[in-house]
Amino acid sequence: MTNNSNKEKTLGEVMRSRGVSRRSFLKFCAATASMMAMSPAMIPKIAHALESARRPSVIWLSFQECTGCTESLTRAHTATIESLIFDSISLDYHHTLQAASGHAAEEAREAAMNENWGKYILVVDGSIPTDNPGYSTIAGISNLDMFMQTAAGAAAIISVGTCAAYGGIPHADPNPTGAYSVYDVIKKFSNNQLDGISSATLAKAGEGSVVSKPIISVPGCPPIPVVITGVLTHFLTFGTIPELDHLGRPKAFYGQSIHDRCYRRPFYDKGLFAETFDDEGAKKGWCLYKLGCKGPTTYNACATTKWNDGTSFPIESGHPCLGCSEPDFWDGGGFYKALSMPTENITQTAIYTAAGAAAVGVALGAMNKSKKNNAVAAHNKTTIDDLEK
Amino acid sequence: MSDFSIVQFNIQIGDDLTHNVKPLLHEIKHGLDKLVETGQTSIIDLRSIPLAPGEEDKILSMLGQGEVQAQLNALGLSEVTETQYAGVWIVTHYNDENHIISRFIEVTTMPEILCSQTEDIMAAYSRLTVSLEDNV
Amino acid sequence: MSEIEFLNWVRGPGFQIAIIIFVAGVIIRFAEILLLGRKPNLAEAKGSEMSSGLRTIITRSIPDKGTFQRSMFTVVAGYIFHLGLFITIFLFAPHILMFKDIFGFGWPSLPTPVVDAMAIVTIIALFAVLIHRMRNTVLKFISTKEDYIVWLVTILPLITGYIAFHRIGMTAPTLLAIHILSVELLLIMFPFTKLMHTFTIVMSRWYGGAISGYRGVKS
Ligand code: SF4
Ligand code: SF4
Repeated sequence: MTNNSNKEKTLGEVMRSRGVSRRSFLKFCAATASMMAMSPAMIPKIAHALESARRPSVIWLSFQECTGCTESLTRAHTATIESLIFDSISLDYHHTLQAASGHAAEEAREAAMNENWGKYILVVDGSIPTDNPGYSTIAGISNLDMFMQTAAGAAAIISVGTCAAYGGIPHADPNPTGAYSVYDVIKKFSNNQLDGISSATLAKAGEGSVVSKPIISVPGCPPIPVVITGVLTHFLTFGTIPELDHLGRPKAFYGQSIHDRCYRRPFYDKGLFAETFDDEGAKKGWCLYKLGCKGPTTYNACATTKWNDGTSFPIESGHPCLGCSEPDFWDGGGFYKALSMPTENITQTAIYTAAGAAAVGVALGAMNKSKKNNAVAAHNKTTIDDLEK
Repeated sequence: MSDFSIVQFNIQIGDDLTHNVKPLLHEIKHGLDKLVETGQTSIIDLRSIPLAPGEEDKILSMLGQGEVQAQLNALGLSEVTETQYAGVWIVTHYNDENHIISRFIEVTTMPEILCSQTEDIMAAYSRLTVSLEDNV
Repeated sequence: MSEIEFLNWVRGPGFQIAIIIFVAGVIIRFAEILLLGRKPNLAEAKGSEMSSGLRTIITRSIPDKGTFQRSMFTVVAGYIFHLGLFITIFLFAPHILMFKDIFGFGWPSLPTPVVDAMAIVTIIALFAVLIHRMRNTVLKFISTKEDYIVWLVTILPLITGYIAFHRIGMTAPTLLAIHILSVELLLIMFPFTKLMHTFTIVMSRWYGGAISGYRGVKS
């Protein structure tokens, strides 16, 4: 999609050749530091690194997904910045954004792969079905095959969105397609638990040692746009993987929970809660815990980075957090059930149990009583002889 | 803000919600002290601090307007203003669509972005040279 | 199993299992106690059973001067941790929500920092009674393994709850799940240990008073 002539130039050179002044570049770096949640002290470092950064090639694969992640990305609000980043990466293949399709597009992908083998970034959105290769195919190639082949030559894999990061909606109970996340598919592959991979793919996956590829997860349904670009920018700037948490998420964005950075937190602490969506508490902006807020168990950057041009984030518009950047957030017993509530109908369980137990109790009681009566009947008085035995 | 704005529905302004406003202002005070004592500048990224709706405006209005206001045209607009406290600057970057992309409080004698940059000066020198050669 | 899956399990099937054991266990034990019956007392009643029983429920809950002076520590620490348990269990907003989900009604909560402080006080009191139990020769002698197990399953939800609230060491979903799991352990142990006194205490105090009342003596 971008012309290859620019590929060998550094980002600084590309910018200068386009008449971007140093001052504009500094502004860009300042915005980037802010976006990547880095300390402003990093701005000169970012400037220096970006000056000499080379354009990485990016292949973007979409599997079982809803295009929400791409939609989110293309609505990244810092238009200037994003376009700079997109100009500086070479997006060689993106199902949704590219005009070409079918075999021609696949040839382009293979060409980009061969040219940059071992160096390109693979971005995946959507989960990968493993039950039947036919569930999701592109140009006749199953998602599984395409993923494995492309992953084999990647420098790093970025799982964009909750589906790629954890399986997401396709993976939700009862998971009809056997959908798994990028991480799980690779794990299954290394445990030899995958069927339906072509032998050609197997060979390629082994050769590229798919098993040891670094994976960065950028979950969210969808992820915050600047978080997606922030991760790409980090890679572009420093050529390294950002620091990740135990679920493979960049700590810069997922280091703190929504609850920890929520401006409604003082209300939580005071015990002031909205009980319904239209009561006094809701109008006064009280904590949404009772309305099912999953902020306390959700790690994401919404509370500071915010959405829609930095306008607000869901809690700010009065809706509880759904927990979209955590695994299995669809199976948590309901978006409007408070975290401390049981996910099953405990009342019913308790009533049925009580009824059953009452019957058992009566039976046991009767048994004990007859035991007692028998014991009384069989009771012999102790005599001196007994004690001397 | 009108009574009907959606923003007012959920949000109370002026209710020191996050308790981050005061510490931030104190940090600025320390920054000024450092600037005078050691000449060291400091930058605070306003986007990195959890602020309740309205708190950013509160901070800005408390800092007020000083003597200098500058506008840059560099990949969209940027505003650089000195607050009523000399040495405390607000730097706001906008993108092409006039959305704020970042906002910093800088404690310095002059925000770096206002200074002419060496690379640009060098480019300017050669451009001027070329245009002089052309015109003479 | 991911941490959220773990959390969903303890909030769902895990909780269900615990509730089944708890409810069934409590009811069966009650049935056993009540259905066993007592021999009819053929002596003539010299006073009212009911009023004496009710009075005793109250009087036995307030230590008399002698007892208080003899075992001040046990009384004070005992009261503190029982009250603390009551506050942390029943007056913490998220807990009330859970009760509301089960019973269909809720009640007002205390501010979180108050409950938080109470949790610490309760934990300290529980440790104090444990140390007392282990250092007092008589108490130590009459303590069984069950006493220590009961102590453990009581303090675990407090500690895990405190850690989960302050998110120390692990991520929030895991901490919350561990906290709920520890409560489920408590629920499962409850009917089969002396934790049952929570329910039987009223009954047995009444019974003690009723016997005295029948005989016409002060209890
Ligand atoms: S609204 Fe949600 S995230 Fe915010 S304080 Fe309440 S529970 Fe926490
Ligand atoms: S507030 Fe929660 S559910 Fe909403 S986008 Fe952020 S992490 Fe996802």
